[in-house]
Amino acid sequence: MSISEEKKTAVPLEKMKWMYSEMVKIRYYEDQMVEVYSEGKAPVFNIGAGTVPGEMHLATGQEPAAVGMCAHLTKEDTVTAPHRPHHHAIAKGVDLKKMTAEIFGRKTGLGKGKGGHMHLFDPAVKFSCGGIVAAGIPHAAGAAMAARMKGTDAVAVAFIGEGAANAGAFHETLNLAALWNLPLIVVVEDNAYGISVPKKASTSVESNDKRAGAYGIAGAYVKDNDPVAMYKASEEAVTRARDGQGPTIIEIETYRFLGHFQGDPELYRDKEEVPGLRQQDPILKLKKQLLDSGMEDAEIEKMEKAAKQEVDEAYEFARNSEFPEADDALRDVFTS
Amino acid sequence: METAKKRMLSGNKAMAEAISQEMERDPNVFVLGEDIGKYGGIFGSTQGLIETYGPERVLDTPISETAFIGAAIGAAAEGMRPVAELMFVDFFGVCMDQIYNHMAKIPYMSGGNVKLPMVLMTAVGGGYNDAAQHSQTLYATFAHLPGMKVVAPSTPYDLKGMMTSAIRDDNPVVFMFHKSLQGLGWMDQLDEAVGNVPEEAYTVPLDKAAVVREGNDVTIVGIQMMTHYAVQAAEKLAEEGIEAEVIDLRSLAPIDKDTILTSLKKTGRLLVVDEDYLSYGMTAEIAAIAAEEALYDLEAPVRRVAVPDVPLPYSSVLEDFVIPGKEKIYEEVKSLLEEG
Ligand SMILES: Cc1ncc(C[n+]2csc(CCOP(=O)(O)OP(=O)(O)O)c2C)c(N)n1
Ligand SMILES: [Mg+2]
Repeated sequence: MSISEEKKTAVPLEKMKWMYSEMVKIRYYEDQMVEVYSEGKAPVFNIGAGTVPGEMHLATGQEPAAVGMCAHLTKEDTVTAPHRPHHHAIAKGVDLKKMTAEIFGRKTGLGKGKGGHMHLFDPAVKFSCGGIVAAGIPHAAGAAMAARMKGTDAVAVAFIGEGAANAGAFHETLNLAALWNLPLIVVVEDNAYGISVPKKASTSVESNDKRAGAYGIAGAYVKDNDPVAMYKASEEAVTRARDGQGPTIIEIETYRFLGHFQGDPELYRDKEEVPGLRQQDPILKLKKQLLDSGMEDAEIEKMEKAAKQEVDEAYEFARNSEFPEADDALRDVFTS
Repeated sequence: METAKKRMLSGNKAMAEAISQEMERDPNVFVLGEDIGKYGGIFGSTQGLIETYGPERVLDTPISETAFIGAAIGAAAEGMRPVAELMFVDFFGVCMDQIYNHMAKIPYMSGGNVKLPMVLMTAVGGGYNDAAQHSQTLYATFAHLPGMKVVAPSTPYDLKGMMTSAIRDDNPVVFMFHKSLQGLGWMDQLDEAVGNVPEEAYTVPLDKAAVVREGNDVTIVGIQMMTHYAVQAAEKLAEEGIEAEVIDLRSLAPIDKDTILTSLKKTGRLLVVDEDYLSYGMTAEIAAIAAEEALYDLEAPVRRVAVPDVPLPYSSVLEDFVIPGKEKIYEEVKSLLEEG
């Protein structure tokens, strides 16, 4: 590699700092959610009780996929996310206060308390997510179509889990997106499990970037949950899409530090697995890279503090917000 | 004489026992679905099966509902007796073509020459803040479409007996179990989720409603959670001297008109309660039966209580408002009795 090429692929320090602070924010957000979710669920766990009831799928450990990709997106680009959406939402710049209020079921939430944690919609930054596996992939393709029809250079990114790559919607959409040469990127987060089913028991290929060949599109693989490698793979894919060169599948090897949902007994995996994964915390790795690049401890600490403060403010906003009125349930079936 | 000690089981253990006994009895029975192996089914309906019958007959599938439900149909046509689990009924959208255009129609289109002895079991119900895509019952969506038996048992006894009948039936049976009635450790602990279940295999018919409480003043028809709430409301009404008859519908298709009509003759008043959407649903069907076949037995117009035609909202305040509870049933009966 020539020096000029190396320069081109080096990640700008500003982007590294952004990714780091977003990862810290996501991690802290999820750590707080673990606490809040457990409020009112002890001594007996009851999914429908407490400050935040319902299912809760957290993304602790999966931060690199979201930040590596979203570092290249603006609010004009679309992101669709699955049932595990907080890291994508935060990295895409979703209003953190309204998102948290939604998860708390409050009137001030993104969906006035109607959606909850799996159903977050922030059209201001073109973000959505949903609870039906793989359903967001065609929505992203549609957003990519709309961008092209409107003559903008916006792209659309569908984040999915590796389990979703076995759904019909994945295969149908990729064929269609390839055929129509859409500016679509599908990011497959391989956290090794779809609930309890290990990837090798559900997927006929080793990694889903290999499936790109079947559609005649580009594929990339990012190993070791590495945010910098994810940044680079995403840069290529986004550039390709913006230049009208068609879709890409990126698969990233990532880690699910927690259960599928909070309350998952996790009897299907070895007790030693998570402590092992925690040893390879991507946040600590990126921090080391920042220090190596000459950043001062104090400056990093300042970034961390700012990120956490934003999260604290969001939780405070949510907690202090009002609940909807009961008969608000009857509104919004049709928009006015 | 010593009476045999009653054996108590949770809803999900009762279901798993039925499947296990049928797997033992008939080598053609096998189970497939998401997380039904080691996990034992997200709602526990397949617990212990993989340990006994191994991964050849208890198959964890990819998240590919069209493929595995379609494959169950293909295997059933070859004489196998698959039990396929669609994890939440809400996911029907990704595989309804297989369910409705194929599973439900092939026996008919073949003039009865192709049998599809399969069970599609699926979890239904809300009340625990799982929001619009994970809380529906969709009873009527399935019951509306000819070609499938659709059942929704309310007790561990019926869960076992009706599962046994469903597996032995030569027709496709959609078997809906209610999440709250499975006896799951991570949900609300309901007394109704545990009950007496005999150890030996037995069957409960797939076309009979059950009168679960007798009374002369009003008939309340419900299914699953709504049956239980109706019984609770009836107990409160009894303190005021009002005797409600409560019918647990159990089978949506075919529907047991006789049990409903017999009760109506006696009470002359009808309230139908449903955890599904109000319009075009089970409440409308039963109201139509009353109008067509028991109009002159009625002393007052039929009442219906159901989800008021909105998707299930997330926030507790909103969800509690749209899903009927025992208070709502109690009030509705009181006001019904003031009429006519
Ligand atoms: C169509 C559909 N089928 C099944 C489910 C139930 N379900 C929710 S998440 C999940 C596993 C998803 O695995 P993966 O895509 O790898 O995402 P992860 O949970 O690992 O982030 C399943 C089976 C669903 N929500 N939608
Ligand atoms: Mg996964």
